Order: sequence, then structure tokens, then C-alpha cells
Amino acid sequence: MDPTPAGRGTAAPAPADDRSTLTLHVNGTARTLTLDHRTTVLDALRQHLGLTGVKKGCDHGQCGACTVLVDGRRANSCLLLAVAHDGARVTTVEGLADGDRLHPLQAAFLERDALQCGYCTPGQICSAAGMLDEAAAGFPSHVTPPTADVPVGPAPLGADEIRERMSGNLCRCGAYPHIVRAIEDVAP
Amino acid sequence: MKPFAYLRPASVAEAVRVSAATPGARFLGGGTNLVDLMKLGVETPGLVIDVSRLPLDRVTRTDDGGLRIGATVRNSDLAAHPDVRADHPALSQALLAGASGQLRNTATTGGNLLQRTRCPYFQDITKPCNKRDPGSGCPAREGAHRDLAVLGHSPHCVATNPSDMAVALAALDATVLLHGPEGERAVPVTDFHRLPGDNPDQDTVIRPGELITEVVLPPPPDGAVSLYRKARDRASYAFALASVAAVLAVRDGRVAHVSLAFGALAHRPWRARAAEDVLRGATADRETFARAVEAELEAARPLRDNGFKVDLARRTAFGALTELASRAAPND
Repeated sequence: MDPTPAGRGTAAPAPADDRSTLTLHVNGTARTLTLDHRTTVLDALRQHLGLTGVKKGCDHGQCGACTVLVDGRRANSCLLLAVAHDGARVTTVEGLADGDRLHPLQAAFLERDALQCGYCTPGQICSAAGMLDEAAAGFPSHVTPPTADVPVGPAPLGADEIRERMSGNLCRCGAYPHIVRAIEDVAP
Repeated sequence: MKPFAYLRPASVAEAVRVSAATPGARFLGGGTNLVDLMKLGVETPGLVIDVSRLPLDRVTRTDDGGLRIGATVRNSDLAAHPDVRADHPALSQALLAGASGQLRNTATTGGNLLQRTRCPYFQDITKPCNKRDPGSGCPAREGAHRDLAVLGHSPHCVATNPSDMAVALAALDATVLLHGPEGERAVPVTDFHRLPGDNPDQDTVIRPGELITEVVLPPPPDGAVSLYRKARDRASYAFALASVAAVLAVRDGRVAHVSLAFGALAHRPWRARAAEDVLRGATADRETFARAVEAELEAARPLRDNGFKVDLARRTAFGALTELASRAAPND
């Protein structure tokens, strides 16, 4: 795409410059769209690409229902402008399974009955997938004990670590105990 | 949200040039605060200048053993960086105490420093607010101000700075590097954020067109230990009611180095110079710590419903200093 307003480097771009053409690589497929700059990644996925697994909860980055993986890292898609993510790889809950074989987190959420209404579940599962990768990469959390010698290697994941690392995903049904158990089943 | 033009500049120079020439333009980092404020109608830029892909995404060593942190380094990467964890645990802990995993993956160093207050009146465009709409008034002073300022507020504004990271940077004597139309300048982070005075619309001393490019940390003082401690309504994912970043070195039972900063109490991270004056060279014991914290918080002027924050800050600071002293001089 060319996000540059007419007359690169000059002031006051023309008022018509309020849309751009961009490509998102969604669940492995390149999708090219022309979107109003106000469009978030969340709305691009739901309204323009029909991927309604990702949910709109608060639309202000506070509930986590819209969590997807962007270039492999979890993010609140409601706060991401699509135009700023031209070229990004986006994974939604629809892209986690391998054909008919569920992602281990999906299977664990079913096995542990880790939901009631299910509205937050796609965000919970995408967030857990990103969180497990962060821990595997050695990212600490607020409850990781500080040590003088910074450890290398994966951060161990007990229930307290999982609760802290998943605190950006709210569940109004209060299914937290089963969500934690489901993630513990999958954590190394 | 108001329609806007979008530009992804190829260089810092281009970003600064276009910004300086376009009144009302906004730099976009991670967007976790800006995009939210645009949805709320608080921010209405005609042009969004996306600086998130500029080559400012690295943490490197300085010649003197400090660290240079690029403005687009994500909060989660900074918190996990081995050199930050080893040299400046207070910074890593402050970052990890803020927001959620998703938000930390997105938010940038520069954006974190420029995030706006979460005062409910500032975020609600149907209400007056001197910060958002100068001269319109401050309903928070008599209204819902439980979370708001107890230090350094003015008749015009009682907002607090919401950043955890900035509190740690204040205690660590960080410097903010700015690129602007007139060139580059360095501002100590303790001078970067302002008190509200009679123009609370200005959060910082940043000038039109200026872009944060780096934050520079000096090497840690000899023998110093540091931490960040945060009190909040929930155990996770909540803004601070009071927080403390502290750096302490103890030699022969006396305070050889100290720096202390409070968060969530004022319009800016509150470097506790009065407390430091009491502590420096004094016996590192509980009596001194209590006296030092008291010396700082004498200046507190709580509002009707937020006096509890002064007690919370007092206990949080005392606990932080006591904890650090036990680590700095385990045999004393």
C-alpha cells in the first residue's frame, strides 16, 4: 500500500486521504482490503472478513475478548488500527485448529468445561496461546520472584503465574477456576 | 471517531518535519492509549503519523555501562530484557505491574511516557475538564476523585499520571531524548512531566513536533538494589492507588545511595527529594525510613475522598525501603 498522503512530506494532507489499501495475512491467507483508516483490526476481521470468532466486548482494551495473535504475539485487536498493521500475520481462534484436530488449548477448554456463555472464550484461548509462547521465551510476570541472577530458559507456570499472565482476559461468568485448570493441562 | 489521514514516515527527520508542519497531528506508537482516546472523542487528530516501524526498537549498552532504550521498544520486551532485569529490576517490575500481557506487547516506551491521565472527567467529553478543554473547569475537585492527586495538584486540575514505568524511570535518573524541528535535546525524566499549575492541558515539556526517540539509563550505583511496589484495588490489571520505585545502597549501616519516587499521587511521577535528603548518609533503619517518608508526605494535600492514598503511600514506601535494606545489607 501507499499510506503516504499526496505530496509526501508536506503539511495538511488532502481530506480525502482517509482510506488505504492494505494486506493482512489472516490464518495463513493474504487478504487485501481497502479500509477507512478508523477501522480496527477487530472490525476488519469481523465485518470485512467474516471472522466472527474474535469478539467485541468493551472495545476499549479492557476485557480481552478481542485478543488475537499479531505476528505471533497476543494483542487487543480493538486497539490496533488495521492501516498500521499492513503486512502483519494475524491468527484468530479460527486459525488455531489443524483441520479437524483441535488446538490443545481448545481441547483442554472443552475437557475442563472452562466456560459458561463462551463469549470470552476465543479471546481466552488466543491469549493463552500467546501467553504460553511468552513463558517459553522466558518472559517474567508480576508474580515471578525477582532474583539477582536473571534465569535463562522458560518461565515455570504454576496456577499463580497463569492467573497473573491471563489477567487481561475477563470472564463475566466467572469460569476462572476451570480456565486456569485447562491452561495448566497444556502448560509444560 | 473523526476521519484522519495516515502517514508512515521513513525516518525520524520526516516524522518530525511533517508533525511540526501539521497542527493537530499525532504520533502513533502502539496506540493502546491514543486509539482509545480517539474512540472516546478526546483525541481528534487530522493526521496520524505512525512511528511504530521507525528503527528505534533496540536496547543497547552505553559506553559507561548504562542502557539506551529505543522509543518503540515494546513494554513486554523491555520488562523481559536480561540487562534491564539484571541492572534495573525496578524498571522491569514497574512494567510488569502495569496493564495486561496483551497491552504490554503493544505499548511502546515512548507512548508509555506520553499516556494521558485516566481521570474519568478527562475521558468523558460530555464533562468539563481543564486538561481537555482549558478554562471549562474541574469537576473532579468536588466530584469522583478517590483515585486522583494528593500532591502537587492545583485549583485547575487534580489528575494523576497513570504510568508505572515512568515512576521507575524517575527513581533511576533516566533521561528522555527528543528530536524536534530545532534538533535534539535531552531532558531528565524528572523534568519531563509537569505539575498542572494553571495550564494542565500540558502533561509534559515536549514541544510541538518533538518526538521521543530514546530513553537513556545511567549504570546502577555501586551496591544498589532496586524495586517497584504497587498498591491497587485488584491484585492484577489495575492502575495504582499508590506506588513506589526505590533504589538503595547501604555501606557500614548507612545509606550510601538512595532515590525514591512515588506513583499515582500527582500529575507527574513524584521524586521524593525531601525523603532522600533525610535518608542520605543516615543510619539505614526503620526509624530513619519512617521519618524520611513522613518528611516527603507532609506536603500531601488530600481531597475529600482520597486521604487513604497518603497512608497507602506511606506504608508502601516504608515497606519498600525496609525490604531493600534487608537485601542491601543482609548482615546488618
